[in-house]
Amino acid sequence: MLTVATGNKAVAAAVKEAAPAVVAAYPITPQTEIVEQIAEYVAAKELKSQYIPVESEHSAMAACIGASVTGARTFTATSSHGLHYMHEMVNWAAGARLPIVMANVNRALGPGWNIWAEHTDAFQERDTGWLQVYVGSVQEAYDAVLMAFCIAEDERVLLPVMVNLDGFLLSHTMQPFDVTPVGDFIPPLHLPHAIDPANPGGYGTLTGPDNYFALRWDIERSMRDAVSVIRETQERFFQRFGRRYDMVEEYRCEDADVVVVAVGTLGREAEVAVDLLREEGVRAGSMRIRWLRPFPRLDLSGRDVVVIDRDYSFGFGGILARSIAATTGVNPTSVIAGLGGQEVTYEDIAGFVRDREPGKETWFGVTNDV
Amino acid sequence: MTEIPREDYILKCTSACAGCGDTLALRYVLKAAGPDTVLVVPACCTSVIQGIYPHTAFNVPVYNVAFAAAAACASGMSAALRAAGKKTNVIVYAGDGGTVDIGIQALSGALERGTDFLYICYDNEAYGNTGMQRSGATPLGARTTTTPEGKLQPKKDLDAIVAAHRPPYMATACSAYPKDLFQKVQKALSTRGPTFIHILSPCPPGWRFPSEKTVEIGKLAVRTGMWILYEREQGKVTINGPSRAAMVKPLPVEEYLSAQGRFKGIAPETVARMKDEAMAVAQRLQREEEGVC
Amino acid sequence: MFEVRIHSRGGQGGVTAARLLALAAVRDGKYATACPFYGAERRGAPVVSFVRIDDRAIRVSSQIRRPDLVVVLDPSVMDVVDVLQGIKPSGRVLLNAREPRDMAGHPVFTVDLTGIALRERLEVAGSPILNTPVLGALAKMGIITMESAKSAITEMFSDPRNVSAAEAAYRELVA
Repeated sequence: MLTVATGNKAVAAAVKEAAPAVVAAYPITPQTEIVEQIAEYVAAKELKSQYIPVESEHSAMAACIGASVTGARTFTATSSHGLHYMHEMVNWAAGARLPIVMANVNRALGPGWNIWAEHTDAFQERDTGWLQVYVGSVQEAYDAVLMAFCIAEDERVLLPVMVNLDGFLLSHTMQPFDVTPVGDFIPPLHLPHAIDPANPGGYGTLTGPDNYFALRWDIERSMRDAVSVIRETQERFFQRFGRRYDMVEEYRCEDADVVVVAVGTLGREAEVAVDLLREEGVRAGSMRIRWLRPFPRLDLSGRDVVVIDRDYSFGFGGILARSIAATTGVNPTSVIAGLGGQEVTYEDIAGFVRDREPGKETWFGVTNDV
Repeated sequence: MTEIPREDYILKCTSACAGCGDTLALRYVLKAAGPDTVLVVPACCTSVIQGIYPHTAFNVPVYNVAFAAAAACASGMSAALRAAGKKTNVIVYAGDGGTVDIGIQALSGALERGTDFLYICYDNEAYGNTGMQRSGATPLGARTTTTPEGKLQPKKDLDAIVAAHRPPYMATACSAYPKDLFQKVQKALSTRGPTFIHILSPCPPGWRFPSEKTVEIGKLAVRTGMWILYEREQGKVTINGPSRAAMVKPLPVEEYLSAQGRFKGIAPETVARMKDEAMAVAQRLQREEEGVC
Repeated sequence: MFEVRIHSRGGQGGVTAARLLALAAVRDGKYATACPFYGAERRGAPVVSFVRIDDRAIRVSSQIRRPDLVVVLDPSVMDVVDVLQGIKPSGRVLLNAREPRDMAGHPVFTVDLTGIALRERLEVAGSPILNTPVLGALAKMGIITMESAKSAITEMFSDPRNVSAAEAAYRELVA
């Protein structure tokens, strides 16, 4: 059924379809609406989850871990400071190979207090062993959560998945979206290492260097295998529901001389900038990176590349720009824009392309004397 | 007469120190709990005692989890197991640091939410696994590696904090009284909702006494009134036999203190303060038992 | 793309008005987005929300800077906010007011939404509900069809007085 809803409501609607056995919930702006809506589903008995109103995000992820290791499907949602408060357990969930799905509404980190969109919160979790997908529309948020359960729970992966959506720009923006009943699209969860008193074992016991090293490699092997699982799942989703997704959404890239690379709603806004530039005779294209982990292979050879980072690694650079430089060998123009919800329009993005200068890093709207 | 089962769930290959009170207590906890049990263990001595991957010395599933996370992890586990129709016992077995300090928030949350689990704090009154640093549970005057002159503050009153959450069953115990511990674990596990047992667990290297004296030190703690065995069922306090006897005719506190190197050179005024505080706790519990307050 | 900026005060239902307008546009077969500009939620503070309507999927997330239509649900915000900021030269204004007033030469549409809500006894916590009647006015202006306006309202609210209020606004709109 086609309706109009916020990104938060779409995430909650997808969780209802996926019907996790356990949901751990703790409020934080701009995510709160997700756990509120799930609470309403549970109260109305439309969703039969155990709803655990934990006392912190650290406990939210800990509760998901405890539930997941029994073989139960689990979900939680967070944002920004909440994600970082649970950071220790974010690592634990991946190391324990638990297919937890979490929605993270991307928001800046304090101080000063800022509740608006920025990707640094989730980008700082990029090395934890979680798969990370970033969405660009309300429909995509819904679809990504459904697919996240399939991908996380696939025995070739068995890693947690974080579905990221931009604070307010998606979490609170209403768009049309189709509430597709999922049917049997998500297979039942079978966790091969679920706790079983009939077959007692130690989980996460003290582990020596050689075994630890082997277990770390196993995470990376699954992360690599995840690429084909993501592709298969997205293809299966397309066959079944008619909406197609890729690792990277390319727009008018076939003959492009210059490609804008961005994440989330900025990646969608960039498409409008591409249309504007094309009208001016600039052969521009855009790539919206959806999956940050596993990181996609981008074909950027022979093109100018403008990377927009709504994030930053101090003393290093835009995380996306540096990642692209490292994995493709191109020397991108790096634009740092949109931190803390800074307004960035398609006209601004067209300006980034017109003013591009390979190798240069620009902080949008900031002059040297600021 | 309580029959303690012969079945052991701790196999004879642990990495525990000789004379470990923690392992002794856990042995009886698991005998009482039986095989349909999952232990949730945060960072603590028990993380090490169970052995090194891929081996384990414990014959029940053990979920090791981060320091602050045990009670919350158990919350999720209990919810998932109950939703799946399973009655498996979920028991947190956590040290004092993981309970009174870094884990207190998660414990408070799990108690308040009414989680169906048993939380056991085995208390060796310091961070034992890292080599005896002070914790909130370290008693007044005790020397640790971070209180070389003796701790200046009294022990945090964990039981009062737990009692404030009004769990249906809570108790104290001591590894020197295994039968008492066994019965309390059985009682806790037959009670729905959050239950709590606080076990005093003497630690030979940490408390600086010979390994063969673990039981003796535990009994001294109770007989001198420095540790009181009692239960709080639906709020009602019962002081257990050994402590009741100690309240009538206590041994001198000095016997308990002088048997341990950690109290060496303790100032007489500190000892006097410890006595006063122990007396105050005993009187408060007696009043509660009599229903005066 | 048609862009609307709605001015109201926190708690007056401006965000719901935006959602209703977007839903009605979707029921007309169009694509629409509605987004509030959020700060900390404060009842009574001036707030704006935005609606974009287009024939194809909207990819723009940035705020509306040059609205085609400005809707003022609470005229008192005009004392503190320049509601005409950035409005297109051809831009129209819809005012919740009894009497029309000059808005720098822009075409002004006036309807007494507050009066309609009070007449229909549409109130929540003592405040008149403006977000459902305003849809009738927007339908009369041709932004959405009245059929879709009614359909959006009934999808979100069960009380039939919401639809009658929208019908009253449709009839009473003064160009």
